[in-house]
Amino acid sequence: MPIKKVGSFSISYLQILDENGNVDAKLEPDLSHDDLIKLYRAMFFAREVDQRMVRLQRQGRIGTMGPSTGQEAAHCAPIFASTEKDWMVGSFREAGARLMKGEPLAQALVYYNGFEEGNKRPDGQRLLPISIIVSTQMLHAVGIAYAMKYRGEKDSAVIVFFGDGATSQGDFHEALNYAGVWKVPVVFICQNNQWAISMPRSKQTNSRTLAQKAIAYDIPGVQVDGNDALAMYKATKDALDRAKAGEGPTLIEAVTYRLMMHTTADDPTKYRVKEEEEQWWAKDPLVRFKKYIEKKNIWDDEKQKALEEEVKKQIDDAVKEFEARTDFKPDVAFDHIFGTRHEEIEEQRQEFLDNLRKEAADA
Amino acid sequence: MPKLTMVQAINLALMQEMEKDDSVIVLGEDVGRDEGVFRVTAGLLEKYGEARVIDTPLAESAIIGTAIGMALAGLKPVGEMQFDGFSYIMMHQLEGHASRFRARTMGDWHVPLVIRLPYGAGVRALEHHSESREAMYATVPGVKVVIPSSPRNARALLVAAIRDPDPVVFMEPKRSYRAFKEEVPEEEEVMEIGKAQVVQEGEDLTVVSWGAMMRFTLEAVEEVQKKRGSKIELIDLLTIAPMDGNTIAESVKKTGRCVVVQEAPKSMSVGSEIIARINDKALMYLEAPVKRVTHYDVVTPYFGRELKYIPSVGRIRRAIEETLDF
Repeated sequence: MPIKKVGSFSISYLQILDENGNVDAKLEPDLSHDDLIKLYRAMFFAREVDQRMVRLQRQGRIGTMGPSTGQEAAHCAPIFASTEKDWMVGSFREAGARLMKGEPLAQALVYYNGFEEGNKRPDGQRLLPISIIVSTQMLHAVGIAYAMKYRGEKDSAVIVFFGDGATSQGDFHEALNYAGVWKVPVVFICQNNQWAISMPRSKQTNSRTLAQKAIAYDIPGVQVDGNDALAMYKATKDALDRAKAGEGPTLIEAVTYRLMMHTTADDPTKYRVKEEEEQWWAKDPLVRFKKYIEKKNIWDDEKQKALEEEVKKQIDDAVKEFEARTDFKPDVAFDHIFGTRHEEIEEQRQEFLDNLRKEAADA
Repeated sequence: MPKLTMVQAINLALMQEMEKDDSVIVLGEDVGRDEGVFRVTAGLLEKYGEARVIDTPLAESAIIGTAIGMALAGLKPVGEMQFDGFSYIMMHQLEGHASRFRARTMGDWHVPLVIRLPYGAGVRALEHHSESREAMYATVPGVKVVIPSSPRNARALLVAAIRDPDPVVFMEPKRSYRAFKEEVPEEEEVMEIGKAQVVQEGEDLTVVSWGAMMRFTLEAVEEVQKKRGSKIELIDLLTIAPMDGNTIAESVKKTGRCVVVQEAPKSMSVGSEIIARINDKALMYLEAPVKRVTHYDVVTPYFGRELKYIPSVGRIRRAIEETLDF
């Protein structure tokens, strides 16, 4: 018998805006000037918030956080391509996307200061709280997408973020497999930032691209310049359109870089060299997008300066609001362990409150 | 009232809840076309279709992980783990997420999810098909663990589990699936989760058990009553977590003696917890040490000898008599 070819596969790479702000006019998405400025402002806000949060952590005013500096295009542009009917299921390195999805900054700070109140959300907001166990949230996204399909919500899809490390986990593969079989409206966005704490991308998997993992599940997979907001916008928009047309899931690999530490508790000098970071600083998604809108004559130094002042005030106000909060009821864990009342839980609540009173009396 | 096996009674609960509420979805391996390896989901696919009775790819973590997503989006998924021994690869979804969404978000999100899983020894099956790991699930705060013992309470508790706002691990004693029939009313019957049931009242000694062991425990109790005329109070725990310690403590205050019968290994177990509750609330009423009749702290042997390790009627009877005579 002759050997037959039963399949051949390839992976494309999408870049629209290069590192110097030059755009490929054929691929340039049809976005209004207002839209472009909105997207730039969202990314700039995300960057400033990130930098302030690192400082707040260093000052002991919030706890551990994972900076997303350098990855703004990879996670803000996708949300810009979505609507409020779309869901966002996050990991922990897409703070800018969360803010775009409507999370108030003061709430985010409350979360990072160690209180669940930070996860409270307005009714109906389709944003899940931060998910820390790598890759596990991907299955939730597939389940939500199933529910959207089941309920016939044709204008709703789910965007789920995760990192390069997640692609080694079982739940990543199970999620892609289920989504493929069920043909549900979900867009998998892998922020490949080259490092899973100290593990470089090259040692995470032998695969040449992460996007090619989609091939195994026969779903579209595309590698995108994750520092190019236009490319991320287009790739996500196309994937969302397909999802909403009933054509199923897509895997987008956003090639980006974690310019800072894994979390504020991490020291990257232990495992990587400065030169590599500098190479990636030269590919900063904000710098190139600013050049792009400047070339379009819709942005200038004056507007930049005004934005910087506005954002600084916005962040200052949020910090003030969050630091003024003292309404943290101590026994809240007993309120929200079950949706039904149980004697044992109430007895333990009393014990807890008694102990607090005794400790206060001792002090 | 029709007499049903536990398999039929659980099926009745699923049928009726799916009929009543189109947000109820069943998913798992072989639950559709094959109607479940124990036929618990018989007829569901035919009646409710592929969108609501989902034959999933073979991945337990994904069954529960996607079910969590469905629950967050307003559905009421009932996920099946084909066997207890296959459920551990979803534990991170249960511990890491299902149990936590409510606490994590102060009640803004919650996960009304049922995880059905057949458990326990006695059906001459291969390795990983014989364990009783209720204590493992029960140590996770935010998870409810329910174990029925009969067709009637299985039906009524599963209805409660499906309607419950929290994740419920619903452990089905597979040894009892077809062991006996019981009258189960056609009309709706719901039992409250979190409540133990006093099956029969007595003054001389309290016996606490649950699941597949209830049948053998009842036999032993009847033997002792017949032989010695003792009056024994029998409690069916039904909900493992959150545990109804007060019903047990009240009983022990009355009888002063207690025997706990469980299929699970002895240490770090539900039985250990029951004794701790008695210690907290009824210690001064005890006239004898509380005795445990349990599996041992060993890997359940293959079915050739597994039943030697599980409490038998004789072991239970002797434990009751020794405690009465103490």
